[in-house]
Amino acid sequence: MSRFAPLLPEIMLAVGGLVLMMLAAFTGRRGTALVSWLAVALLLAATVALIGPPSHAGPLFDGMVSADLFASFGKAVIFPSAAVAIIAAHGWFDRDREHASEYSVLIVFAAVGMAVMVSSTSLVSLYVGLELNSLAGYVLASYHRHDERSAEAGLKYFVLGALASGILLYGISLLYGFTGTTSFTGVAAAFGRGTPTLGLLFGLVFVLAGIAFKASAVPFHMWTPDVYEGAPTPVTTFFASAPKVASVLLGVRLCIEGLGPATDAWRQIVIFAALASIFLGAIAAYGQTNIKRLLAYSSINNVGFALIGLAAGDRQGVSSVLFYMTVYVVMTVGAFICVLWMRGEDGEPVESIPSLSGLSQRQPGFAAALAIFMFSLAGVPPLFGFWPKLLVFNAAVHAGYVTLAVAGILGAVIGAYYYLKIVKVMYMDEPAPAYSKVRAPVQGFIVLVAALAVSPLGYLFMGPLGSLSDRAAGTLF
Amino acid sequence: MNSLPLLTLLVAIPLIAGGLCLFAKPQGARWIALVATLIDLAIGAYMWIAFNPDGPQWQFVEKIPIGAGVSWAMGIDGIALMLIVLTAFLMPICIVASWRSIQTRVPEYMASFMLMEALMLGAFAAQDLFLFYIFFEGCLIPMYLIIGIWGGVERIKASYKFFLYTFLGSVLMLIAMLYMVATAHTTSIPALMAYNFAPHVQVWLFFAFFASFAVKLPMWPVHTWLPDAHVQAPTAGSVILAGVLLKLGGYGFIRFSLPMFPEGSAQVIPFMFVLSGVAVIYTSLVALVQRDMKKLIAYSSVAHMAFVTFGLFAMNRQGIEGAIIVMLSHGLVSGALFLVVGVIYDRLHTREIVRFGGLADNMPGYALLFMVFTMASIGLPGTSGFVGEFLSLLGTYHASTWGAIAGTTGIILSASYMLWLYWRICFGAQRNADAAAMPDLSLREWWCLGPIALAVLWMGVYPESFLRPVRNDVGRLVTRLERVAPAGDSRPTLGEGAIHLGDHDHSGAGH
Repeated sequence: MSRFAPLLPEIMLAVGGLVLMMLAAFTGRRGTALVSWLAVALLLAATVALIGPPSHAGPLFDGMVSADLFASFGKAVIFPSAAVAIIAAHGWFDRDREHASEYSVLIVFAAVGMAVMVSSTSLVSLYVGLELNSLAGYVLASYHRHDERSAEAGLKYFVLGALASGILLYGISLLYGFTGTTSFTGVAAAFGRGTPTLGLLFGLVFVLAGIAFKASAVPFHMWTPDVYEGAPTPVTTFFASAPKVASVLLGVRLCIEGLGPATDAWRQIVIFAALASIFLGAIAAYGQTNIKRLLAYSSINNVGFALIGLAAGDRQGVSSVLFYMTVYVVMTVGAFICVLWMRGEDGEPVESIPSLSGLSQRQPGFAAALAIFMFSLAGVPPLFGFWPKLLVFNAAVHAGYVTLAVAGILGAVIGAYYYLKIVKVMYMDEPAPAYSKVRAPVQGFIVLVAALAVSPLGYLFMGPLGSLSDRAAGTLF
Repeated sequence: MNSLPLLTLLVAIPLIAGGLCLFAKPQGARWIALVATLIDLAIGAYMWIAFNPDGPQWQFVEKIPIGAGVSWAMGIDGIALMLIVLTAFLMPICIVASWRSIQTRVPEYMASFMLMEALMLGAFAAQDLFLFYIFFEGCLIPMYLIIGIWGGVERIKASYKFFLYTFLGSVLMLIAMLYMVATAHTTSIPALMAYNFAPHVQVWLFFAFFASFAVKLPMWPVHTWLPDAHVQAPTAGSVILAGVLLKLGGYGFIRFSLPMFPEGSAQVIPFMFVLSGVAVIYTSLVALVQRDMKKLIAYSSVAHMAFVTFGLFAMNRQGIEGAIIVMLSHGLVSGALFLVVGVIYDRLHTREIVRFGGLADNMPGYALLFMVFTMASIGLPGTSGFVGEFLSLLGTYHASTWGAIAGTTGIILSASYMLWLYWRICFGAQRNADAAAMPDLSLREWWCLGPIALAVLWMGVYPESFLRPVRNDVGRLVTRLERVAPAGDSRPTLGEGAIHLGDHDHSGAGH
């Protein structure tokens, strides 16, 4: 039994998810609220279960997964944000006659996949975790199956995702073929034996490409705007938060633990992906009029900043990535719940940026919250979104990559423009027709907490969060 | 010396008041803002009195660690003290000036101003590098909103220009800060002021900070955001922009660039002098041909700020003290001039110079105060402008004759454009009936402009009150810069005395 104690959160989620699926099947639509609240409770319970062995047990099952603080840190971000994605869907699928309760179940299964991703220390478990998460994601993207955009998003995500999985799997097979092992430590040892062979380098590039796809880093970002726009907004909320964290953290662990001796080989790839993501994310967002597309580019942009921390390649860099992703999730989730509240007079969701016009005069609280998230995403002090950006740049400067930091910062200024645009529309333009009121006290509470957390009050948590992310990063070195 | 955390209170009071404003009715928000700014003014005045000019460099020190190496460290020297007093003094005036002229979304407006005040005061008082940066950058958000929401017709463009220009400047500074902390292993500003970075690095660091401060100050050629921002901002926004926000740039040079990178600064002295010289002459000429009063004063601000950079980079006592006085004086005078423009803008809703004329007839009180500020802007002896510009040019002359020549030319030009402006507005024939029918200053407007006029005269007649607190700090800075200060091309050399008859043979070879 004690062998399984370190896996308690995953076991809870997997078993709980199956039970919930049965419950959903037998209660039908009547059980939607019950199932989703149980799923939220399950995810929160799994977060609590991270305390103890799951954070310290070390390598398990012959090095397939590792229950360490790094993994726990990731899960502690992933589980609650998955729970928020369930809460965000409350009332959203009411108009959908057929499905509703399975939504929460799919998210729980995706969470299991992500938990495996962040704790995997072998190419096999890496792939299994990634696929478990992705399969749930494909279904979720097309959850409004009668809506063409949603169906298109699901199909696009599936086809491109399958291609990326293929690339990843091909890379894995190359790495396995040339090293004879699938464990990260084994791969690292093979890379440590002198100059890597061409086959190994090919494997490395393919694996990183596959992960870059999941993290939507340029040049593998093409699916992101379409899928974010087409998928139902609660699903987009989910895509932009937890899976993003999981794939970035997976990339970090693979690069540091599995490809550590080949740092010089992957660093150039990561630097390219980072800068390309930052600049493309910033520039392509320029002309967007759909807020979900805009936030999609924003998420590409943000992954770029996180990758700057990874490019530093040391403990401080990894710590800054963890910090960055945590704050990023809070800002993104908050921003997307605000998007959820954009409903026309008939209650239908609205996604155009011009419809936000003059929001500050109609719904000042709503506008203020969204403005806080926008300024924070832009990284303008005194909002807390500034600090993680500072940390990744700091890590880059410490590692001697001053030019990288300077380039990243220029990207941040370009990116600031479109965040400002939203604030401008809300605060400086003439009021547009009002949104219909959404009564969602729990979502309101989440937005309030998120807004307070990224307000200057966030600096109070800077110390604890910083030392926690530093300790978590330490487990990789 | 005192147990109350005065500096924290200074920052916290407007913050709390700003929060309250959001939930108040328009009239209530006005009163909340006024009371909060007056409390801050009282605290500022108390600190001015309680500040011991011969005491330790840093006074009213507070320090609470927040984590990750950053702490809530506050403390001020004389230079910061004077700028804090300036801010606290101008703020209530801004609130009173917006009492009537701002009618839309008053609670948000007052809240933005309160946030603004808190951040500016925080920037002057911060003793931690990152804390400073957070305050310094944070000022962008409220100012962006003030220009963008309550500004004129072209407000959107102006607000973007303001935000992106200054944001780009400051993020480069951020990189330099990261490097400094990585090298010196401290975020404390006093410690960094004594740290010696490698000379070849200092130039890079200097330019990174320069990118931020030069935009903020602003220096030619990165000043182009300023006229736009000023013209579009509401009156009180202009006052704060010119009066205090620009001073953050000068303060940055005094607090960071000069003491932290003395060698780097010394290497760029010619560069700074050229930029300042061009600025003072070019922007004065541009000011001369403006048709919009606000734009004219905005360009004159750029010209006056050049005296700050002249004085600072002369690196001697007169220059630096002069630069500080120019900053304070310009804060008062340009703030007042924007208010003066605001007075007639509120009545006629135009700032076109040609629409006015002969206002001395129907608005004698207005003409009187306008005259005081015009003279102070020109630098007439007896006003604050004279003290600052004289000292600053004296210092410049010790360092570079050409710099002083450019600077004095600027003074002549400033006399031309200001006197010409005054002449066109206040004297001559009254061309328009609506301008001729404008009533004189109201009591509220007297309360705005009167105190500034008194302060301008006080600083002009008895500058010692303002120079005393900064004297020792300037002394420390001069000592720090001693090893790199420019030799100067105009050191007075001993003369040869009267030529004695019959001494011809020795006069060439002797001495």
